[in-house]
Amino acid sequence: MAATQSEIPTAPAAAPAANPLFPLVLQLADTSLILAHRLSEWCGHGPVLEQDLALANIALDLLGEARSYYQYAAELEGQGRTEDDLAYLRSAVEYRNPLLVEQPNGDFAHTIVRQFLFDNFHYHLLKELQSGPDARLAAIAEKSVKEAAYHLKWSSEWLIRLGDGTPESRQHLDKAIATLWRFAGELTTPTALETNLQELGLLPEYAALLPAMQAHAAHVLAEATVPLPAAPFAQQGGKSGRHSEHLGYLLAELQYLQRTYPGLTW
Amino acid sequence: MVTTSSPAPTEARIWQLLEEVSDPEVPVLSILDLGIVRAVAVDGEHITVTITPTYSGCPAMSAIATDIRLRLLAEGYRQVTIHNQISPAWTTDWMSQAGRAKLEAYGIAPPIDGTASGHVLNLFGQDTAVRCPLCKSAHTHLVSQFGSTACKALYQCDDCREPFDYFKCHA
Repeated sequence: MAATQSEIPTAPAAAPAANPLFPLVLQLADTSLILAHRLSEWCGHGPVLEQDLALANIALDLLGEARSYYQYAAELEGQGRTEDDLAYLRSAVEYRNPLLVEQPNGDFAHTIVRQFLFDNFHYHLLKELQSGPDARLAAIAEKSVKEAAYHLKWSSEWLIRLGDGTPESRQHLDKAIATLWRFAGELTTPTALETNLQELGLLPEYAALLPAMQAHAAHVLAEATVPLPAAPFAQQGGKSGRHSEHLGYLLAELQYLQRTYPGLTW
Repeated sequence: MVTTSSPAPTEARIWQLLEEVSDPEVPVLSILDLGIVRAVAVDGEHITVTITPTYSGCPAMSAIATDIRLRLLAEGYRQVTIHNQISPAWTTDWMSQAGRAKLEAYGIAPPIDGTASGHVLNLFGQDTAVRCPLCKSAHTHLVSQFGSTACKALYQCDDCREPFDYFKCHA
């Protein structure tokens, strides 16, 4: 094709105007998918059958939510990529999940603390997103917030049982809190992308979610007889694609089938 | 070309056929009992069925979509679109009275309206009083909010000791 005068010959082909929602929806999808995968690793290994089932149920809810986001993200991008391409054919540096959700399961207390920190954010975020201006995102949030309420109740109750349980359970819980609390800050610290979307009114202000999140955490920790952990330092980077080494190993397993047998569909 | 002798589809006929498609995980319930069919539209030979998932990750949804296609195909209806709609979100209020009776007879306690677990701060709250589907005793206790499928909780009867599923109220 002949170049027109207005084109700058050395510039790369201009990308179509990107929908600012696309990276946000993708980040939400990655977050739910990665945590769903981590929880699914418990399947068959839970401490008792009922809690094995609970972990698998929560994983399934998050996987369903992730699919809804990936399908929407694929439409927003409009480049012909499908939900499968987005979930299975991106590398670790392209993932936008916060670091918390990719952390390994550890023991049951470790998984509970990770889940509690995530659920407390997730539930309160969805509650706001369901009345947001984007109809599709609101519909996904309206569907998922009902499920997230069960998740938060479950992880809160387990945090209390472990904290106010036996010296043994308390020791495991304390260790998990010492390891994981530093990852909580990333959830509510907006990236440049999130700040931009918050200014556009497409994403709730995280500062507005904090009072309810902190009230719930304070209530649960008090019931668990655990002092509120100090969090002077927030480990960040996942939402910008700077991940811990754990994500690569996780994706190697998650993406194995699609990369070995390209074109398989869910 | 395969020709079909089926009469042109009508909405009423399609609703009738959908009554014969059951939930693969709770086979005693038709998809109409479950309340997941939101709409049927017929445009000439073309049929559009709109369904909604119970829970986001419900693995039965693709099986249900396939079963709908197969049931309609058996009647010679080939042009079928299954539309998945998530809003408004499914609620157990949409489950039919007939469906609730079928559930209990099958050994699954039906949902009790107005008991959805919406209050996350109500930790270790009073369990919903669920009647044992077998001996009908009200002395039962919650074992786990998460049961054999996403839509069910696990209970146990304190009188006959039978463990049973409770179809969670989801509103």
